[in-house]
Formats: sequence, C-alpha cells, structure tokens
Amino acid sequence: MNAGTPIVAAEALTKRFAESVAVDGLTFSVDRGEIFGLVGPDGAGKTTTMRMLAGVLPPDAGSIVVDSVDVVADPEGAKQHISYMPQRFGLYEDLTVDENIRFYADLFEVPSALREERATRLLAASGMSQFRARLAGQLSGGMKQKLGLTCALVHTPQVLLLDEPTTGVDPVSRRDFWRILYGLREEGVTILISTAYLDEAERCNRLALLYGGRVLYCDTPVALKRHMPGALIVITSSAGRDARAAIARLAGVSNVVLVGDGVHAVVDDSRLRIPELRQALEGVNVPFANIAVGEPSIEDVFMALLDDPEAPR
Amino acid sequence: MRWRRLKAIAVKEVLQIWRDPRSLMIALLLPFTQMFLLGYGVNLDLKHLPVCTFDREGSQLSQALFKHFQASQYFTIARNVTSYAELTAAIDDATCGFAIVVPPDFSERLNDTGSAPVQAILDASDDNTANLALGYATAVVAGYSADVQLHWFDRQGRPLQQIEPMTVQSRVWFNEDLESRNFIIPGLVAVIMALVGAQLTSLTISRERERGTMELLVSTPVKPVELMFGKLAPYLVLGWLDAAFCLVIAALWFAVPFRGTLVALFLTTTLFLVAVLSIGYLLSVLIRSQVGASQIALVVTMLPTVLLSGYVFPIDQMPTVVQDITYLLYSRYYVTILKAVFLKGSGILELMTPILFLAVYASAVMILAARSFRKRLD
Repeated sequence: MNAGTPIVAAEALTKRFAESVAVDGLTFSVDRGEIFGLVGPDGAGKTTTMRMLAGVLPPDAGSIVVDSVDVVADPEGAKQHISYMPQRFGLYEDLTVDENIRFYADLFEVPSALREERATRLLAASGMSQFRARLAGQLSGGMKQKLGLTCALVHTPQVLLLDEPTTGVDPVSRRDFWRILYGLREEGVTILISTAYLDEAERCNRLALLYGGRVLYCDTPVALKRHMPGALIVITSSAGRDARAAIARLAGVSNVVLVGDGVHAVVDDSRLRIPELRQALEGVNVPFANIAVGEPSIEDVFMALLDDPEAPR
Repeated sequence: MRWRRLKAIAVKEVLQIWRDPRSLMIALLLPFTQMFLLGYGVNLDLKHLPVCTFDREGSQLSQALFKHFQASQYFTIARNVTSYAELTAAIDDATCGFAIVVPPDFSERLNDTGSAPVQAILDASDDNTANLALGYATAVVAGYSADVQLHWFDRQGRPLQQIEPMTVQSRVWFNEDLESRNFIIPGLVAVIMALVGAQLTSLTISRERERGTMELLVSTPVKPVELMFGKLAPYLVLGWLDAAFCLVIAALWFAVPFRGTLVALFLTTTLFLVAVLSIGYLLSVLIRSQVGASQIALVVTMLPTVLLSGYVFPIDQMPTVVQDITYLLYSRYYVTILKAVFLKGSGILELMTPILFLAVYASAVMILAARSFRKRLD
C-alpha cells in the first residue's frame, strides 16, 4: 500500500439538519498511522462528521474515502475497515463485559481464538481483567469507555473513529486510554479522535480545528501554534484577579484569562506591549513576579483564532 | 447472509430476554392467564338459568309443566313465588332471569279446548341470553304439549300410533354437544398468539434505538436480514412454547376434542407465528418509541383478530364488505385452520388454501420488514 495516499479523505462534506447546517464544506485528510484530532467546542460538527465517516449518516454533499473505499457510495463495504465508537455508550448494559466483546467479535467474524487472545490483552492493558463477568451497566464511566474501545478493537480495524471517548472519564482512566491509543499507533492503526478537551489535542499528530461546521486550521500542534496571531504573555502573580482587572481593557490586549499562578493574555505585539503591561500593573500596585512571552497551548491558540477577524471562516 | 452474525444477534437477544423479567412475563404469564380468563369468560352457552315459577292454579298439570323445566339442563327452578310483586322483585334483583306464570284456569282450558297459554317474563337487559332462554323455553313447552296431547288422545281411547307426531332426528357434526367452548377455544389460541407475538417483537428495534445501542450496531457489517432473522428466531421459540402451552390447556383442561395431527398443527402454528412476529418487528422498525410500537401492535393484531377472524363472530354473518376485508387478515386463516384441525381433524392437504395464504402473508411482511430497516441514523 502506498504510504503517500491518505487513508481517510473527506472533501467538501456537508450535512444540513432541519434548521441548521451542522457540517459546512468540511475538507481534510488523514495519513496512515497517525492520530488525527477533530477539535472544537460543542456544536462545531464533530459528532456529525464522525457519523458520516462511519457510514451511519449519509452526507448531503461531498465525498469520503476510507482505505480506498467510497463511504458514501458503499457504506457497508467501508464498515469492514472501520471501527466506530460513538459518543454515547453504545454497548448493551444488560450484557456482561465478555458477552459484549463476543457479540462484536462475531459481527466482524473474528475467529474465536484470536478474539480470546485480543480480549485478554486489551482488558489487561486497561486494568479490567477482573471485571469480565460484570454487567456493562454496572461499570464506571471510565471502564465503560475502555470496554467500548476493547469492543472496537477486537477486529483489527484499519481506521478507528472515536467520538469524544474521554468525555466524563476520570484522569486515571483517561491516561490508560491514551496509552492504549499510542500502542495502537505503533501497530499501524490510524486513529481519528474528536475531543472538546484542548489539552488532549496536543497529544495528536495533527489537528483540525472545527468551528461552525468548518475547518479553521488543520496542521500539527506545533505548526498551529505558529498560526497564533500575536503572542502569549504569561504574567506570574499572586494577585491574579487584580492583575486581570488592571490589563483587560488595554489596547492590543485580548483574551485575558486567569490561570493557576497568574494571568495569560494575548497581545498583538509583544515588544511593544510588555512595557505597557508592566507600567499598568505597577500603576495600580498589583504585585507580580515575572512577565514574559510564553509558549501558547492549543487552547490559547484556539481562543485567539476564534477572536481573530482574519482567520478563515 | 452469514450464519455467525445471525447467531450472534440471536444469542444476544436470548440473553436480554432472559435478563429482562418484563418480556419473559409477557411471553409466559400472559398466555396462561388470558387462556383461563377468556376460556372461562367467553361462553355463549345457556345452562341452568335460574327460573321463578308463579303457579296461580296449583294443579297437577301445572306442576308437571314445572317438572319439564326442572328436567331441562337449560333451566333450574330457583324460586316459587306467590305474587306478581314478588316476581318483579326477583327479576329486579336478578335472582332469576326468567319467570313462568301459570294462569288460574290452566287445567280447565287445557281440558276443554286442548290448549292453554302460559306467560313467560324475561329479563331482556341481556338480549342474547333472553333470546336463547325464550327459544329453549318454547322447546320445553312444546315437549310438554306433546305429552299432554298424547295423554288426551289416550283418554279418548284412540290408538297412539296414529297420532305419533312427525319428529326430526338431527345429528350434529364436529361439535356434537354443541358446546360453544369447543368452537371458541381454538380461536382463542389464535387471539392470544397474535397478542403476545406482536407485543414481544414490537419492542426489539425500538429498544435498540431508545437505549442508544443502535448507533454502534449499524456501524458494524451486520446485514438487515441477519438482524431480522437473528431477532425473530428466539421469539419464534418462545412462541412455540406459548402455543404448546395454550394448545395443551385447550385440549386437556377445556377438553376441546383434538382430532387433527400434530404435524398440521405445528406447521400452521409456525406460519402464523412468523407472520405475527414479523408484523411486530415491522412496527418496531417503523415506529421509533417502544411504547408507540407496542400500542400500535396491540391495535393491529388483537383488535382485528378478536373482531374479524371468526373467532367468536361468524364471518358469514358479517356484511359482504366486511367479509371481503377479513380475507386480508392473517388470523382469519389461522382461526379457520385451528377449528378445522381441532374439530374436524383436517390435515395439511384439506387446509392447503389457508396455509398458502398464511405463507404468502408471512413472507410478504418479512420482506417488507427487512426492506424497511435502514442501517443509518436519521
């Protein structure tokens, strides 16, 4: 197989519902073996996009190709190559962990020896080996998601579609979850994950920032940060609230947010604005330890891009 | 179609049925209770109707008349009253549904003219019972008249063989005792199977939708036919169990004569079950909510089966238009078949026409159901 052609390619995808356009001319492509993130706030069109990619929702316009199969024309053919994990827990709560795994393995016609080997390994990796006889409905939120992932993985998919898999999941389970995803990437599985958590976005190889059903930017996390208009200023201060109040209305300053040890702000020109900020803080006697240009997080970039009138809409 | 996927769906469904006491209750308890409730409840026979007598004469002849009533299996003399007021009160409080009044000049008129009227007073608030009672009473009185006439001729010294009245010797086929129960109970099995069958499958698809398991299910390679057969199979087994239940109760408990073969019964019952289960499944595909699907299933199975299948109300007494409509109803054929298998002992060959109709019906509904199911979220 040619490593140069993308394994997932969506072009000009559009989906309208009765009164709104959920996805509006979405275009992106995913390379084999990468973890690709669809990132955006609620209502950005992440779930609708995932459903169309999974072949369970026909788009109104546009094309999708997954592993050389045209998903719009032949959704059933594509389903052999895809594993989809919906946002809402989709397994049977009145079946046990083992019964659920077996059910999905059978639907994908996985040989039973292979299923057993894989289930044992996946459940061990997520610390669920002792819960195999437990009803799925009696699992915690994090465990349910790990079971969902296990079911999605019993049949070695080429492409794994995960729709907000870590929403409502505790930090420990979330870390387990990502460890499994990294392991899968090593095995060559391509993973598309949607998330509203911007800290998770940094773990992806590449990201598409979604807003209003469109892709704002699509690039690696590092490259995306270069798109950030202006610069991120980190002010270390013990009086964060006062600091924020002092600088929020200054010219050229935007997106002033309170963080653990002070304030983050975005400025149009750091060389020009840092002295002004310093002056403003000293003017009202707000104590601060340091003021400098910082490394923006994806969250900072996203917020700045949403406010940037020159960003593509 | 892959056997393995079909089996996976069936096994999953069995586990869910097993763990959901609600559907097991519908499947096992409902037929049992309905069979007894309706088996005893629906009865068109009149037996031992309580009768009041008002003997205004008190003669041998009048007492002989009452003995005829007492001897009949249709009537039981509940009370002898002595005034019209008492008689009215007895009918009002339903002590008796029927009263016979013998006039004071009964013997006299009978001896003089050879005929005398008696009065019958009926509680016709239930007109069906009143009609039956009047019919039977007329027969009892006619029997009595014949007796009296014979005695009269006897006393006149005429030879009896000359006046032997013409008699009809009737012989009833298939339901020799004219028990309405023998006629109703086989049809009742159809009513119960229609009710239970469609109720069970009407929940299967809508439940996946309501519990949010549909999205994942349609993202797998499972085919609509595999899903349908996988979901219908466990319910067919449950249906067989139910049918066996009901048929055994019919034959052993209610002692309806069973003259047919088990092969004919099994084949036709299976066809009927497949039709009914598929209707429930189709509704489940078309209607999104579990409650909605089960309500509509009730309306499209139970109601027409009770009213139009000929289970209690004979089809040939319906208006022609309604008779034509009954041909569209699958349960009509099964009721016909059941009555024929039970009472006439008909075999598969004699029943070929209704069997073919049932088979066509069942296949049509299944094809429709499989085609209506779309593997997508809309």
